[in-house]
Amino acid sequence: MRQTLAEPVAVALGWLRVMPGRALGLWRRSLRARVVVATVVLCSLVAGTVGWLVLRQISDGLVQSRVSTSVAEAVSETDNARERLAESGSNDYDPETQLRQLVQSLQARGQVRGYDVVVVGPVGERGAQGGVQATPGVDPASVPATLRRAVVHGAGTSWTYTRVRYLPGSHRASLPGVAVGSQLILPSDGGTYALYYLFPMQEEQRTMHLLRQSLLTSGILLVLLVAGVAWLVTRQVITPIRLARRVAERIASGRLEERMQAAGEDDIARLATSFNQMADALQLQIRQLVELSRVQRQFVSDVSHELRTPLTTVRMAGDVLHDARDRFDPVTARAAELLQTELDRFENLLSDLLEISRFDAGAAALDLEDTDLADLCHRVVATTAPLAAARGVELTVDAPEPCVAQVDARRVERVVRNLVTNAIDHAGGDARVTLRVAADQHAAAVTVRDRGVGLLPGQAAMVFNRFWRADPARARSSGGTGLGLAIALEDARLHGGWLQAWGAPGDGAQFRLTVPRRAGDPLAHSPLPLVPSDASGVPA
Amino acid sequence: MSQDGVGRARVLVVDDDAALAEMLTLVLRNEGFHSQIVARGDEALAAFHEYRPDVVLLDLMLPGVDGIDVCRSIRAESGVPIVMLTAKTDTVDVVLGLESGADDYVVKPFKPKELVARIRARVRRHDEGAAETLRIGDLEIDLAGHSVTRHGSPIQLTPLEFDLLVCLARKPRQVFSREVLLEQVWGYRHAADTRLVNVHVQRLRSKVEHDPENPAIVVTVRGVGYKAGQPQDEVAVGDAPDAG
Repeated sequence: MRQTLAEPVAVALGWLRVMPGRALGLWRRSLRARVVVATVVLCSLVAGTVGWLVLRQISDGLVQSRVSTSVAEAVSETDNARERLAESGSNDYDPETQLRQLVQSLQARGQVRGYDVVVVGPVGERGAQGGVQATPGVDPASVPATLRRAVVHGAGTSWTYTRVRYLPGSHRASLPGVAVGSQLILPSDGGTYALYYLFPMQEEQRTMHLLRQSLLTSGILLVLLVAGVAWLVTRQVITPIRLARRVAERIASGRLEERMQAAGEDDIARLATSFNQMADALQLQIRQLVELSRVQRQFVSDVSHELRTPLTTVRMAGDVLHDARDRFDPVTARAAELLQTELDRFENLLSDLLEISRFDAGAAALDLEDTDLADLCHRVVATTAPLAAARGVELTVDAPEPCVAQVDARRVERVVRNLVTNAIDHAGGDARVTLRVAADQHAAAVTVRDRGVGLLPGQAAMVFNRFWRADPARARSSGGTGLGLAIALEDARLHGGWLQAWGAPGDGAQFRLTVPRRAGDPLAHSPLPLVPSDASGVPA
Repeated sequence: MSQDGVGRARVLVVDDDAALAEMLTLVLRNEGFHSQIVARGDEALAAFHEYRPDVVLLDLMLPGVDGIDVCRSIRAESGVPIVMLTAKTDTVDVVLGLESGADDYVVKPFKPKELVARIRARVRRHDEGAAETLRIGDLEIDLAGHSVTRHGSPIQLTPLEFDLLVCLARKPRQVFSREVLLEQVWGYRHAADTRLVNVHVQRLRSKVEHDPENPAIVVTVRGVGYKAGQPQDEVAVGDAPDAG
């Protein structure tokens, strides 16, 4: 039982939690919702104000007419009563009987004509407050004190608004009404009596109630109708806008030939025409860019072929000379050696330039396969070992477990090789270069740490610039082309990965490559820190 | 230069660049090869028939007929090793060249020693281990006869594909990484382009597998490389139709 109760409660609570959020979302997203809500609110305000004014005027009019009829009736009744009293004379009855008869006749007339009577007296200069006689059930206190004073002190007829209250036994609700009072002299004792008529505005109240009801109903109906109209009208405007949005989305997704239908000469049609003109212009631009890119790629490919063929011949000729240098005189032999090393440099520079221009042309493509990055790092270390040995640099790989990621092995190997040769170049005094490989569920990372001169503040971002040198005066030692890190950065980006550098003066540098383990996944963080834990100023 | 068992191997050089072709001839002669030059693609096939080379060096961009088409037409009638000379390193170009039938490719500018190593790797003869028979899946490899048969019917493989299959079949339990295959089959000493292996494994599969989409002879080991499929018992294979 408790459970059956708890469930709807939980659902309701859930709704209460969710609804404001949803309503807010709808408000933000839907122009139509905003227009409809604004129209309803404004229309309600207008209808409410107008209704209130109309009700005020009608009720004022009703009350005015009620007051005038009440006063007129009271005056005529009082005149009647005076006449009757005058006819009956002063000797026939004792004052009490005469008063009772007067009150009874007034009550009887009041029942028929719809008013109540309160007679107070005798009042007057003698100061004696006499008894009070009222229509049965009516609370004599319904006659306000102000009216009583006015009647006692002044002759003629006075009136005021009041609330006609009934005694608790009569089970009738109090009503607003008009109280009219005047003095009356009873002939039998010559005493002055205050005669009050209470005219409850029952009819008027009923009329007002009916009027309010019908005004409220028609107001609500009006607001609903206006909301419906607003909904329909915004539909007329929103539908073409939504169509435009859909077409724009399709164009954005690459379907450049999508266009809006432009019929007629209204604003929507003009919007469609302008939209289509914009799409035409965009399509033209994109086509030109695509064509430009294609031409560029073709050019790079042609240059590549045209440059490479003669370079191959030169290269082979250089090799032949180099192999035969033992038989040359020392000068020619040295020239052959220089030719050989510079050919190597030229060749590296050419291939790096072609690689960069391929990235620039957007012609670089990934050739993805599952690759163990730990394996790859060991391979890079094996190939760069001769260079490291020549420099007296100790290379170590810290890869406790295999770390398979979906990457282009050729490119990633090139990146790591670049980082390692770069680190060997800058290893400096403490000739240790450490590679670390780690992975978590989403990302895999390789860091290459050297303990050389490090980087100055601000240089970490510049190391990836093309042809950038830390110290322009210092020559490149290992024949680097100055494009290696730029290419590495492009390779990392092609994988949707990061390549970042950290360095501190005298503390060495660390480069970190992070790639998603599954190609195309977005990267959120790297499994390895960019700043190495052994850097000074970093708590272990 | 017959110390490798190469003898005076014959190399057909198909290249339109006169200087490069001449340089190639010089280097090849220095290394103990015979060579002949063809400058046009449309003359390559005729020269191939006439010269009957042991290996073809083929430039990709040729006047007359494109290098890719020359490669296809030579491969259509012969398994002679083809080494492509290319200036393009994009995967599309490399794979297109390899898929048209080239065994190996060398990217310009190359070092002469590198080229010679590639050529040597292609022309060396596997005359070791005479009269040995290897089994891989339901295939039978006759090393001496240089032939592969399935239930007695021969399957035509190029020498490279044959070497690749033999390499896997010799150590049926070993998983070969692409790098190891490059070293053992192509003769690369350093890590090289693993796309070579991928393309040739695909080509080999299309010839020897029952269902190349679902290989049983050359099996992929994810993240590592390839291994040989389990040799099947011939009796079991023979019984299969009866059981069905």
